[in-house]
Amino acid sequence: MTGIERLAKALVWIVAAATVVFLMTPLAVAVAVSFGSSAVFTLPAPGWSLRWYEALGRSRDLWAAVATSAEIAALSTVIALVLGTLAAIGLVRGSFRGREAIVTFLVSPLMLPGLVVGIAMLEAFRGMGLRHVWASLMVAHVVITLPYVVRTVYAALALFDFTLIDAARTLGLSYPRAVLAVLVPALAPAFITSGMFAFLASMDNYPISIFFTDAWTKTLPIQMLQYVEESPDPTIAAISTLLILLAGAVLVVGDRLVGLRRMADL
Amino acid sequence: MTARLRFDPVALLIVPAVAYLAFAYGIPLFVLLARAFVVDGVPSVSSFVRFFSDPFDWLVIGNTLRIAVAVTLVSLAIGYPTAVALARAKGAAQAAILVAIILPLSVGVVVKAFAWQIVLRRDGVVSQTLVALHLWDTPQRLLFTETGLVIGAVNVFVPFMILPIYSVLKLVDPRLDEAAATLGATPLYRFFRVALPLSLPGIVTGIAFVFSMAVSMYVVPNLLIGDRFQTLATLTGRSFLFMRNEQLGSTTAVVLLALAVATVVGSAALPRRFGGAS
Repeated sequence: MTGIERLAKALVWIVAAATVVFLMTPLAVAVAVSFGSSAVFTLPAPGWSLRWYEALGRSRDLWAAVATSAEIAALSTVIALVLGTLAAIGLVRGSFRGREAIVTFLVSPLMLPGLVVGIAMLEAFRGMGLRHVWASLMVAHVVITLPYVVRTVYAALALFDFTLIDAARTLGLSYPRAVLAVLVPALAPAFITSGMFAFLASMDNYPISIFFTDAWTKTLPIQMLQYVEESPDPTIAAISTLLILLAGAVLVVGDRLVGLRRMADL
Repeated sequence: MTARLRFDPVALLIVPAVAYLAFAYGIPLFVLLARAFVVDGVPSVSSFVRFFSDPFDWLVIGNTLRIAVAVTLVSLAIGYPTAVALARAKGAAQAAILVAIILPLSVGVVVKAFAWQIVLRRDGVVSQTLVALHLWDTPQRLLFTETGLVIGAVNVFVPFMILPIYSVLKLVDPRLDEAAATLGATPLYRFFRVALPLSLPGIVTGIAFVFSMAVSMYVVPNLLIGDRFQTLATLTGRSFLFMRNEQLGSTTAVVLLALAVATVVGSAALPRRFGGAS
């Protein structure tokens, strides 16, 4: 190995290590601040306490927003899984032209600025007379979650060998049981990862949801941002820490079921 | 049954999803685009003429592009080596890099932007460290500066640079590099003529992802640089949410959309060219 190669190799690992630290910094900061005793964000904190978790426990607004966000994320993910899986099967098994164009259309909400999509939907819903906040959020969030499902399940189905179902039927299984025994296990990783990312994307969405919330129904990112702007205290760090824990738990479950490397294939 | 009318029931499975997206998103987007070209009920490009003749709007476009380019370049500079390391890493190192990429991806942008607010303050970690190292004479804030915005935005978007490059690199046969070395190619020559061209599709995808997200980011500038600095996205949001100026909002939305679509379409055309050349 020449000097240049050794230098390049060392540089790659130094940059990678620094990037890992850089990526984890905001999470570490949020956790550290949430356990500090000071009302201003000083690091290292003068002392440790759980007072911000107590404050969080008392905060009605934040918990209401957690509930709203969780409901909308869960329901929109389920709807997206149903619509998206049907579409993926139709795309892979159906015979028609313009397959690529349809896939691009179904995935396109991910690639366009959320703010623009939100404004377009706001005006359309207003035009149609849909003013119900929860229903509007629901309709909008399926648009956010659907692309994740279509992209991942379509990719997985395209690789699936459908003759395996015929093979299982030759071996004596009925069609539904053959699908259950062969197709469902093969698609499970795609379901799990796309469902997880869709759920988290919905929980995290700000630029589209902002157009549909009102004073009574707010999703979590919107309530959090408002909290940061109005009364910046470490209560927000406490709820951030809980969200990091949730993401960590999702990651552990995903790793057990699918494996980290396959999750990174998205 | 004639060939022309051959009917495929499986294809009907795409109808619910396509119809849903068409009504909830496709048609509304089209209407928004069309509306920007109508002023007082008459077809007109006057709102674009007004938009592009105002020096302030050029400042906004400049801000948007400058920040997006900076975020993309910094993401590439730190993302490429990280992707290379991830492709070569095994065991604990691989797990550490994967967790550092996927965990923040799932945490949410408000949490991260809020944490950077703390880090970038005058009494924050960065300022104190730089003073302690005698690189700065006095504590300064990075919050509400363009540098601070780029740091925070790179932090949010760099996973979208690392993952596509990694997914290409992991398919590259490591023996190609060895073969080139055996044939006497120098390390630099091998990097520029073998490794880099092979990873180019991933790099182009990563650049397209990061650039289109950085052009249209809304929460990060809101929290890290504030109201005095406008980008196309923050101006679009403000004109709808605070100024109630829907004509301006539709116009900036169309400009923003055009930028994002140009990035995606342009990047889709690039790998084919390079793919043919290599």
